[in-house]
Amino acid sequence: MAFTRGFTGRRQQDPRLPPGQYDAGADWPVLSAESTPSIKTDNWTFTVDGLVESPVTWTWEQIHALPAARYEGAIHCVTSWSKFGMRFDGVSVDTLLETARPMPGAAYVMARSHTGYTTNLPLEDVTGGKAWVVWGVNGGPLPDIHGGPARLLVPHLYFWKSAKWVSGLQLMDHDEPGFWERNGYHDHGDPWLEQRYQGD
Amino acid sequence: MPGPWQPATVLAVRTETASAKTFTLRLPDPRPHLPGQHYIVRLTAPDGYRAQRSYSVASPPGGDTIDLTVEHLPDGEVSRFLHEAVMPGDTLEVRGPIGYFAWDSKTPVLGVAGGSGVVPLMAMLRAARRDGHPGLIQLVVSVRTPADLYYSRELPGPDAAVVYTRQIPAGFSRPAGRLTLADLAPAIRGHQVAYLCGSSAFCDSAASLLRDLEVPAARIRVERFGPSG
Repeated sequence: MAFTRGFTGRRQQDPRLPPGQYDAGADWPVLSAESTPSIKTDNWTFTVDGLVESPVTWTWEQIHALPAARYEGAIHCVTSWSKFGMRFDGVSVDTLLETARPMPGAAYVMARSHTGYTTNLPLEDVTGGKAWVVWGVNGGPLPDIHGGPARLLVPHLYFWKSAKWVSGLQLMDHDEPGFWERNGYHDHGDPWLEQRYQGD
Repeated sequence: MPGPWQPATVLAVRTETASAKTFTLRLPDPRPHLPGQHYIVRLTAPDGYRAQRSYSVASPPGGDTIDLTVEHLPDGEVSRFLHEAVMPGDTLEVRGPIGYFAWDSKTPVLGVAGGSGVVPLMAMLRAARRDGHPGLIQLVVSVRTPADLYYSRELPGPDAAVVYTRQIPAGFSRPAGRLTLADLAPAIRGHQVAYLCGSSAFCDSAASLLRDLEVPAARIRVERFGPSG
């Protein structure tokens, strides 16, 4: 291991922090490649399609009528900040997939946004209580700048997988790179394995 | 796509402003960057503790060196170490180049920078000037006061306007104030892609001005500089 001359670090590594991450504390940095869109909930929709028995589109009212689900915990951004004690409210992706019914061959999903952003995930990373579509954060509505009115939340992976302004999930039998993944970011993005870039 | 971590040698440290320094690094394994991209700098303590942050490249591509300009953030673990402890001859682990906020050196660009957001756009401006395409990028830089302007030997210029939000230099006619439509309109050309870089609030307000100037959202790219140490 190569040491940096004179660097000792200003604190012990917090065991809750994945390698190379720091605690952003009260800040919630914003990172996105696009200008912030303003998406009205009147004509907002969320669609699950691709390799499913029954493609489904929910309106804002319809998705809110589904059983509510909450995530409380940490989020980790590939740009090296993490945040603890976050509370997100929305619906579990499991609930959405119960209605759409994935076909046996479905193994991956492409999440897409109202802005055209995409990100790819293994199906097993968005099932089993690991992923949500959320519209509330820390007791208030999710702001535009953080992906409101609704974003995907996959908190066990780096946060670019939690697509802002999410508009749907397409189930696929193969993996395809999404927006950042085509630009060199990792296909999986596990922060505990430091899967930041392709080849990590 | 970024290469592996590599040990870069610090060749020079230059003061840009009271809170910004530029580090010239020699790369053992040079990888051509696109103007606008960034590198990660990683610090490692003897006990294995590590901290890493991303910094934009200020230099145009070419050769085996890169310039990274680093703003000293008040509570910034990495920026503080770089500012206070690093000197020429030191080795820093870096990885890059990275990022979608990148220019192909051909498309006409409208660059809009707030404060330290000028760094990646400076790489574009320097590349255009060096390669004999002045005007291919039009830059508008917003800073608080004259003392906050990075690269002041190269800015402003015929292809780069500077506006001041709090205090203007002697002989400057535009009063101090926030960026307006009138500041951006002279820099608008046909077929530009707009690159916005600065704080999140700055980027949102610049994007809103560009929408008023009928720049389509699909031609706006944003890099937000947040507190990231």
